[in-house]
Amino acid sequence: MLQFALFIPFCPLIGFLILGLFNKKIPKKAAGVLASVAVLISFIFSLNIFLNISGKSTVVPIFDWFSAGNLSVSFSFLLDPLSSLFLMIITGVGLLIHIYSIGYMHDDENSNIFFAYLNLFVFFMLLLVMGSSYILMFVGWEGVGLCSYLLIGFWFKNNAFNNAAKKAFIMNRIGDLGFLLGMILIFVTFGSTNYTTVFGQAQQGYSPETSLSGNSTFTIITLLLFVGAMGKSAQIPLYTWLPDAMAGPTPVSALIHAATMVTAGIYMIARSSILYSLAPISMFVVAFVGVITAIFAATIALAQNDIKKVLAYSTVSQLGYMFLGLGVGAFSSSVFHVLTHAFFKALLFLGAGSVIHGLSGEQDIRNMGGLRKKMPVTAITFLLASLAISGIPPFSGFFSKDEILAAAYSYNKFFWLLGLIGSSMTAFYMFRLYFLVFHGEYRGKPDIHAHESPKVMTIPLIILAILSSFGGFLGIPESLGGKSLIASFLQPVFAVAHSNLLELPSGSVSDIMLMGITVAVVIASIVYARNKYVVHKDLPIAEGQKMARIPSIIYHKYYIDEIYAAVVTRPLDRASEFLERVFDLKIIDGIVNVIGKLIQWISGKLRLLQTGNVDFYLFAMVIGIVLIIFFQMR
Amino acid sequence: MLTSILILIPFIASLIILSVPARAAKAFAFGASLIAFVVALVIFIGFPISADYQYVLDYSWIPSLGIHFKVGMDGISILMVLLTTFLSPLIILSARNGENHTPVFYSLLLFMEMALIGVFVSLDGFLFYIFWELALIPIYFICLLWGGVNRVNITIKFFIYTLTGSLFMLVALIILYLHTPNHSFDINYLYQAGKSLDTRMQGFLFLFFFLAFGIKMPVFPLHTWQPDTYTVAPPQGTMMLSGIMLKMGIYGVIRWLLPMLPDGVHEYSAYVMWLAIIGVVYASVIAITRSDLKRLIAYSSIAHVGLIAAGIFAFNLQGLQGGIIQMLSHGINVCGLFFAADIIQNRTKTREIPQLGGIRTKAPFFATALMIIMLGAVALPLTNGFVGEFLLINGVFQFSPYMAALGGLTIILGAVYMFRAYQRTMLGETSALTEHFTDLTLSEKAVFIPLVLMVIFIGIFPQVFLRVSEPAVMKILSGMP
Repeated sequence: MLQFALFIPFCPLIGFLILGLFNKKIPKKAAGVLASVAVLISFIFSLNIFLNISGKSTVVPIFDWFSAGNLSVSFSFLLDPLSSLFLMIITGVGLLIHIYSIGYMHDDENSNIFFAYLNLFVFFMLLLVMGSSYILMFVGWEGVGLCSYLLIGFWFKNNAFNNAAKKAFIMNRIGDLGFLLGMILIFVTFGSTNYTTVFGQAQQGYSPETSLSGNSTFTIITLLLFVGAMGKSAQIPLYTWLPDAMAGPTPVSALIHAATMVTAGIYMIARSSILYSLAPISMFVVAFVGVITAIFAATIALAQNDIKKVLAYSTVSQLGYMFLGLGVGAFSSSVFHVLTHAFFKALLFLGAGSVIHGLSGEQDIRNMGGLRKKMPVTAITFLLASLAISGIPPFSGFFSKDEILAAAYSYNKFFWLLGLIGSSMTAFYMFRLYFLVFHGEYRGKPDIHAHESPKVMTIPLIILAILSSFGGFLGIPESLGGKSLIASFLQPVFAVAHSNLLELPSGSVSDIMLMGITVAVVIASIVYARNKYVVHKDLPIAEGQKMARIPSIIYHKYYIDEIYAAVVTRPLDRASEFLERVFDLKIIDGIVNVIGKLIQWISGKLRLLQTGNVDFYLFAMVIGIVLIIFFQMR
Repeated sequence: MLTSILILIPFIASLIILSVPARAAKAFAFGASLIAFVVALVIFIGFPISADYQYVLDYSWIPSLGIHFKVGMDGISILMVLLTTFLSPLIILSARNGENHTPVFYSLLLFMEMALIGVFVSLDGFLFYIFWELALIPIYFICLLWGGVNRVNITIKFFIYTLTGSLFMLVALIILYLHTPNHSFDINYLYQAGKSLDTRMQGFLFLFFFLAFGIKMPVFPLHTWQPDTYTVAPPQGTMMLSGIMLKMGIYGVIRWLLPMLPDGVHEYSAYVMWLAIIGVVYASVIAITRSDLKRLIAYSSIAHVGLIAAGIFAFNLQGLQGGIIQMLSHGINVCGLFFAADIIQNRTKTREIPQLGGIRTKAPFFATALMIIMLGAVALPLTNGFVGEFLLINGVFQFSPYMAALGGLTIILGAVYMFRAYQRTMLGETSALTEHFTDLTLSEKAVFIPLVLMVIFIGIFPQVFLRVSEPAVMKILSGMP
């Protein structure tokens, strides 16, 4: 079966080529179906691999890409439990979102191009997780960045959207430079970027004595890679592109900016678990950045009024949890959270898309309300997703987030506390959103008649709702009588890393108690949100009205965008102007011109010697002869 | 013999074309350059993977001075010849009808192609110098006669600037010649002579050669002739200059400087690399706010070439191979970009980015082609720019990680200026000037399609080219003390 691995990424690539090259000739209805079928085939092949992988790890060579001496890069795929699980997420959720898009993009004149880009994205994302070396991961990594750019700016006549797209690409590139340098350092250190070689050699060089402080090369490598992850997975300080990325069509937000692409950073670190386990300092940095981002983004989500912005900051925050999990050594818990997050966050975005679609483009929650009667399927599925993300048992988010928090508790109790506070904020902003959109009275424009979305959109919602509700059962921990299926499925991948970690995150007696605390806090937040928004009908204040200082700062996202503009963007523009106008044209070119002028001046003076006066020539000749004789005599 | 045929085809065509009627001149020139390309392609396909010079012709030209007409190609030369002959027909095809392009114009382009091929295949120092200077003459007239505003001053400055560099090279060549045991300009004797000199002398000659090559590339801070000249030259001149001619400088370093003066290189390469890396960042930052499309591309070219220069002076396999593949990629990308600028200027009568916008709505084919070329320029994986840039940064990293990190900023800054320019010209709403923008004509497509295909082909199959140059590069590397 493994030889068919090639088809997994290449079906969407062929879909892209057909749609891209013949986009005018393909009828609009066929384009969406064609794109979906391409992903469906990939899904079937992925499913087959997923079911048959059983802990094995296989490299499937495709062709030799390039080489320069001992640096040789082959195009080959690595199939193991970790990549097969990601294949399932990408093709499975990807398929549902393709189908949903048929309905959502129904009226768009360029929908063929949209599906072409979507297929291209799936291709690069599959390459990212299937590649058997860091270079191939980088290929997919940059490729998904490009697709993200193309899709955020899909409505390219709008310059605000174009700015968001450009910002996403450039911020990602800042991270990519870190990735690139890390990758080159890997090559210089290990002589290869193939995972098998790198991890094998890294592990060989490992000894318990050095692991305490960690090998400094490994620390630098892992930190550089993490810079890449910060860009792609929107962590502080490179997160500001993700909320802006909501400019893209909503299915794009669901697929790329929630379920798949942004989890690439998690995949990268999980894949490199052996390197990270040998660099404890990097592990700490990952956990620290993760938990700070988790809580920071959650506070911003508390005060946003754009339905997609709330979900975007929620994504940033949830990604923070995943990094927290990675940093404290709970690799499989983080991957588990990637899985459940893909379900419920895709569902939330598609639900939001359904609302936006039903309200003819309205995104401000202050203009919504009471939609559960008009959009019952959307409302119920959205509620299930909100329960899942908040971590109410037995919905999926409970199990995965709880594993991360438990591991954080045994690593550092302060991180656990921050994570817990973040959880309560998550529950609050999600139910604030839910209640304001679906409960109470409709507050929007009276001429818009809200309606439920067509079946092609609601069926994916229902499937995702089922997965969000029950997907967590894949990872019921031992303490609750389960088998931790995910953890044991991934165990072969993370076994070495776990054995390297001195302090293993272990399930302890306090597990049940921790769960109890988390659930209690979350329920309290939901009750508070209901009290505030349903019982007291305490609506967010309208645009332009004066806010108290702290809510205002949060509402303006701590003015981070403005700070970046003042510290980076504008100085760079000024430096650019200065360097050209003053340094290039005046100083450097000035020197060149002065040399030219100087020669002209000298030649002008020398010209004066040509007086035409024969006496002077004779005189000069005699002097010359005397000098020559003089120098010859010496 | 084959090698001299490559030189002869454009040379003979450049003479015959003067008697061809004006209407048929472009077609004739295109046909002749296409034949040269086919010959080069056939040679390339059958080119042996070997470090030796192939198809060598050695004819004693001026015996009394030990000057030979000696030409031949190794894996590096054939790639440069392939680039030259691939781009030349496209550049000729890109010339617009009705812009006063007399047969002389095409004759000059063909003559220049001849001289460029000559530079890349010369195995005699004197012959190399002859071709080096011959290449300057046609471009001088092309700029002077068909250039834009203020062409006289700018062209003269360009001419004097590059000629000054060349004269230093001539002096250095003569000094080396005098040190050969049998007074010969043969490349192997010059290598021997150079290597036998003491470090001080080698360093001295290094600087002389570097002036010539550094001005041609150009390397910061010897670059100030370049943005003006690229801007004022007619489109075909700009494409010739940036696509092929600047590679003369890089090629010169690889073929002559590195193997001939190893101690000099050792002495000075760190300084040169710092200049090159500074140039990468400096030119990228300047490119960000350029509002004239041609100037923006000109500065981006300085940045790209800076990284190539740093990579080859790092003097390791990754750096040199990266430099060579990047020369091909840069030639293709920069030609595509300048041609796009020409198309925009021709349709809208301006190159000012702020006055443009929305072209994608009107010309989707053009927008897509330009996007792919731009992705190559920003080194996206699976386009031609990536392999080169990756190998280059890798090569520089082995010399100094700090330089690699600084030079790597091109990854970010390149995206900033390219995507900014693309957004402001192609995306958004149409402006008054772009309202009636028409998509590419058939002959414009005929120029763009091969370029776009090569962007992707080199991105996916770089090994086709890398494998040819690797033995020759290994040979150069092994000659080091």
